[in-house]
Amino acid sequence: MRERSAAERIRDFQEVPLGYTPEQAIEEAKRCIQCKNPKCVGGCPVEIDITGFLKFVAEGDFASAAEKIKETNALPAICGRVCPQEDQCEKECILGVKGEPVAIGSLERFVADWERESSPRPSTRYARSGHPSPSKMERGMNFDDSRKKGVRIAVVGSGPAGLTCAGDLARLGYQVTIFESLHVTGGVLTYGIPEFRLPKAIVNLEVEYVKSLGVEIKTDMLVGNVYTIEELLKEYKAVFIGSGAGLPKFMNIPGENLDGVYSANEYLFRVNMMKAWQFPEYLTPVKIGKRVAVVGGGNVAMDSARVSLRLGAEEVTILYRRTHDEMPARKEEIERAVEEGIVFKILTLPIKYHANNEGWVSEAECIQMELGEPDSSGRRRPVEIPNSNFKIPIDTVIVAIGNSPNPLVPHRTPNLKTEKWGGVIVTAAGLTSIPGVYAGGDIVRGAATVISAMGDGKVAAKAIHSFLGPTK
Amino acid sequence: MFKIIKKEKLNESVTRLIVEAPHIARAARPGNFVVVIPAENAERIPLTIADADKERGTISIIFQIVGATTRVLDSLKVGDEIAHLLGPLGVPSHIAKYGTVVVIGGGVGIAEIYPAVKALKSAGNKVIAIIGARCKDLLIFEKELRTESSELKITTDDGTCGRKGFVSDELKDLIASGEKIDLVIAVGPVPMMKVCCDVTKAHNIRTVVSLNPLILDATGMCGICRVTVGGKTKFACVEGPEFDGHEVDFKELTERLKAYKDVEKRADEHVCRLLSNG
Repeated sequence: MRERSAAERIRDFQEVPLGYTPEQAIEEAKRCIQCKNPKCVGGCPVEIDITGFLKFVAEGDFASAAEKIKETNALPAICGRVCPQEDQCEKECILGVKGEPVAIGSLERFVADWERESSPRPSTRYARSGHPSPSKMERGMNFDDSRKKGVRIAVVGSGPAGLTCAGDLARLGYQVTIFESLHVTGGVLTYGIPEFRLPKAIVNLEVEYVKSLGVEIKTDMLVGNVYTIEELLKEYKAVFIGSGAGLPKFMNIPGENLDGVYSANEYLFRVNMMKAWQFPEYLTPVKIGKRVAVVGGGNVAMDSARVSLRLGAEEVTILYRRTHDEMPARKEEIERAVEEGIVFKILTLPIKYHANNEGWVSEAECIQMELGEPDSSGRRRPVEIPNSNFKIPIDTVIVAIGNSPNPLVPHRTPNLKTEKWGGVIVTAAGLTSIPGVYAGGDIVRGAATVISAMGDGKVAAKAIHSFLGPTK
Repeated sequence: MFKIIKKEKLNESVTRLIVEAPHIARAARPGNFVVVIPAENAERIPLTIADADKERGTISIIFQIVGATTRVLDSLKVGDEIAHLLGPLGVPSHIAKYGTVVVIGGGVGIAEIYPAVKALKSAGNKVIAIIGARCKDLLIFEKELRTESSELKITTDDGTCGRKGFVSDELKDLIASGEKIDLVIAVGPVPMMKVCCDVTKAHNIRTVVSLNPLILDATGMCGICRVTVGGKTKFACVEGPEFDGHEVDFKELTERLKAYKDVEKRADEHVCRLLSNG
């Protein structure tokens, strides 16, 4: 796919890839050999009929391709951008054995963008073909509209898990209310992923689409504090908890509470959610300094580093305790970060931050690491090299070493069982320890992917539907 | 949503708003706070719920104009709507029968002690309130606290009302007088809370402070509100805002409160320009 040059893109928050032209999309889709038993579909957490939609793209029938995707995935413009396809559908593609797999992710993105641009209003998007085609799920469940009218379901959180669950339930005829604690919808899609990787206009459109299905969204509503889960169960027949992995991890090293040390959540929240990059038109500030150090090797670390460049930092360094091979970030994101001039200091672990006279962080004291034996994750364990301490001058530190499930709802819901590390315990169907209460996404998995959260939302919607008594 | 029912200037820089928010009023308890976003482009700022009326479905918030966002909030009129209001937040105050409780409020913190004083009194405590401000004109809630407390003591820096001096002077004298104190609660500027804690620590009197760190999401997601208590990092927004004052690292809190002072001025100038242009 075509991309904007690094020199051009680091000056703004616009997207990096430019997307396919229709001709390019058709050409790429024609590469699909239409396997009888397509492995790619098994690699997709929401089981999109990939060969089906690729066939329509190859024929130039983009509208039908879009409908095909939407049978199982309500948020294709988002998934086409942020799914790790290289570890999912594209990894399974048979063409990948000898050469390049079909660029399924880029094609999904193309189809979603084409649909949006040719019919921008979500409520009319399905009118084109007369009627929304019933999804696989609806057909499989003997969708019965009249019986579900007035049956109310509460969804906690408007991130990818909540939106998907709410959308599927609404399409089954339920009356769904989403409770969102923040003032803007979208969860991590809004506060976490930066504009240049996922434009907020696209998130808004997908949210509008879910609303057009009849879902009500109440913002500024912190479930747990305003209403407990028990209270919700008095008004709603079932509850789905998709409250995400909002709790930032810190390393608990000296100096981590100095001014100038951000959690990635705080940093990205200021920029993405509060639009601090438009300060002072938007009143929330962010202070970035000239030299930024980002601690961590995941997508959030790459996002934080690349945001820093765009905010005018002169030197942005990723500090990572293992090597490039062990970085959990998507290859594509690491490559883009490298192209944009992010410096990677691998095998480097910060152990202490020092302050200047004003109490602001000024140096990161680090220790050199080497790789030892593989650990439980299969990655080689980083081991400290004794007496290898060195200092890096910095103005800002962004700690991007991961997030844990948001403890707020579990804390206020005594019967809700959780793992030691905070994840809500669920069955394969997404049922928690409380009857009628389901959960999915990062509140269950810890920080995982958008698409797995969506998959969980779908599974839970289906389970809620059968819990409430589907027709015989 | 969040319509302003009543607006009242308590003094030159402190305003009280009564706002429609039935779901918050219903769940609010003493010690809870709300996040206020007065306009779509404004910051998320924390304000203590000074009072909640469950029947009318309203809450009362009191704030001092200290920067851009509070200035925007103060520009709203009766009938206007606050863009966003989130709450109730934080862990509520632990209200129980302790015996004698001294509740200290400084500056705009006086408004914040009001719900605690009321609740502690009805829980059967002897509640001695000590309030202080720079001068008489900046004192708020004098009448309400006189009614609700067992005893009210006032200090001003310049002596224009009550005793000339600080709330901590009054606290020292109270201790010296032999009054048996079971709990002290102190809410106000950081230096005031710190001095009160120093006084009580010497006499081993349990002291609870309500901290006011910077806040962003206020739901435990960002960590800007982290404070060190007993050597451990806590998120004040979800684990506080009340903590054991003898364990709080006030020096770190003071540093962290300064983090954005310089840029905040720019935001305030921007807002002043906008407001003066009407």
